Amino acid sequence: MKKLLQQHEFVVTIVFFLVVILIGAINPAFFSIGNIFSLLKSMIIRGILALGVLIVIISGNVDISFTAISAFAMYTTSKIMLALFPEGGLLLAFAIGGLIGLLLGSINASFVAGMKLPALIVSLGTSSAIRGFMLAFIGVKIINNLPASLIAYSRSYIAKFTDASGKIVTLPSAIIMLIAVTIIVWFILRYTMLGRGVYALGGDPVSTERAGFNIKAIQYFIYCFMGFLSGIAGVLHSVFMRNANPFDIVGTELIVIASVVLGGASITGGKGTVYGTLLGVAFTVLIENSLIIIGVPSYWQKVVIGLIIVVSTAASALREKFAKLEIS
Amino acid sequence: MAADRSILQLLLIAIVVFIIMALLNPGKFLTLLNIESMAYQFPELGIISLGMMIAMLSGGIDLSIVSIANMASILMGLILTKMMPQNAANNQIVLFVAFALLISLLTGLISGLINGFLIAHVGIPAILATLGTSQILTGIAIVITKGYAVPGFPEIFLKIGNSKLFIFPIPFLVFLACAIVLFFLLQKSSFGIRLYLIGTNIKASVFSGIKVKSILMKSYALTGVLASIAGIVMTARTNSAKADYGSSYVLQAVLVAVLGGVNPAGGFGSVIGLSIAVLSLQFLSSGFNMLRFSNFATEFTWGMFLLLIMGINYFQNKRIKSSK
Repeated sequence: MKKLLQQHEFVVTIVFFLVVILIGAINPAFFSIGNIFSLLKSMIIRGILALGVLIVIISGNVDISFTAISAFAMYTTSKIMLALFPEGGLLLAFAIGGLIGLLLGSINASFVAGMKLPALIVSLGTSSAIRGFMLAFIGVKIINNLPASLIAYSRSYIAKFTDASGKIVTLPSAIIMLIAVTIIVWFILRYTMLGRGVYALGGDPVSTERAGFNIKAIQYFIYCFMGFLSGIAGVLHSVFMRNANPFDIVGTELIVIASVVLGGASITGGKGTVYGTLLGVAFTVLIENSLIIIGVPSYWQKVVIGLIIVVSTAASALREKFAKLEIS
Repeated sequence: MAADRSILQLLLIAIVVFIIMALLNPGKFLTLLNIESMAYQFPELGIISLGMMIAMLSGGIDLSIVSIANMASILMGLILTKMMPQNAANNQIVLFVAFALLISLLTGLISGLINGFLIAHVGIPAILATLGTSQILTGIAIVITKGYAVPGFPEIFLKIGNSKLFIFPIPFLVFLACAIVLFFLLQKSSFGIRLYLIGTNIKASVFSGIKVKSILMKSYALTGVLASIAGIVMTARTNSAKADYGSSYVLQAVLVAVLGGVNPAGGFGSVIGLSIAVLSLQFLSSGFNMLRFSNFATEFTWGMFLLLIMGINYFQNKRIKSSK
């Protein structure tokens, strides 16, 4: 029992369900299928981004350029599709978006791996360069006439219900993409040498190198993969919004990072799980979307999110402190 | 000596940027009017960047600076537009302004102390602690103002942002005062020397008997006070306070600090380097503004500028190492 309580994920799970029960008790409408579907839908993009951020954070770095990459990939993909392949399929759009993201991610990688610079600072530079380039040279107008294949995907669903009031609620098919990314990241972190390298890098880079890991290759993978996921998430965002607005997405980076940390990943590296990350994403989405349901004015949203960040990080910091005391 | 050389290099970059902008905007950039308007503009970011530098010297970061500045501005706004009677006499207004300034500085001090406590005593990584407090402060500011701007400050207060003493704009003098005080605090006081030591090697600092926690508390309190000063200048210049004003300053301040030679891992950085960095960025954005470049093009060049400087530093360090 004591061991369980020392696991961050276990504590967060309990708190999460307590909050769910509390919200449900205040307003039973919370448990309606429509609401649960809308929560799940809100988790998709944040979840995909968070899983990429998880890998970056485990490796001991922080990247904040993923939202700029995501917006860039979303907007340029829409432009390219409309100009070259207006009849192009969904897969093509995701391939273009993913590729653009991957290329932009490789810029981060070459600075972090090639020049051994901290990713936080590098990504500060790349995020304003990428976003500035897009808005100055590619365009600032919202694209409303997306290719038909993307619009069709925005309507596709894997589950459909008619709720009590006769409204039809659906669960978008895109949830499958979140599940797929979850499985891939989980597999990489858990069962591959690459995944062990990521954890080792976050624990102690010098020992990792001496143990024979190719640190450069690992870092190239981390930032290219982060870029790839950002690109996919960007295209998905335009699918959900049914337009491509270059001003979207950027500005959400801190809440994504907060979700990952809330899920138990250590910001100093070496620690973090896929389960915890999804839980953290569920938690922040839950809070953001449920304040209105329980009658808290939306003005309070930021205060509540800030308190959650402070309390959860304080809890994990204090627990680590006491754990050290017990050892010594 | 390495520090002297990098400052020289930075100065060279600033001069080159200045000359290029003067050549690209003949008859417009090199005018008294432009220089004066730049002297009104850069102090806000400059003061915020000084605060960011203090946090980064100890190896931390402070993402809550702008939130603190806005919180301080809004409290000032409430005092000066709601509490103060409409028909207040002149000397009464002066008293209210003094009171508002005091409350603003106190807001900065208290917010900074909370950050310091969370980081030094609770042990939360600085990036997360200040992310949390920034959300809380912005949140409270939104709750207080319902998201609206607080306009209509008294004339006397606005002078802080819009008037001159002799030929010097007051915001510039405020920046200069902050920079000079910080320069001596960092270079000559034991607090400064210890702060650099903590940033260089925190374990060694603990074992050599430095009271790390108390120094960290003080450093974040100092950052908080600088944030509230920036808030005062910002409010006085724009005649309004708002919960989400200037949120892009946070990352710009980190950029300025890194450009100015502050090492994000802690231990390195100087007031002079930072001042040159903030000036060169002001030359860049004013110059681009005159060329009718969009703000986004400026954002793009700032980012490229940062990457370029880091690249140059990397290859230079490599050359120094290989020549040894």
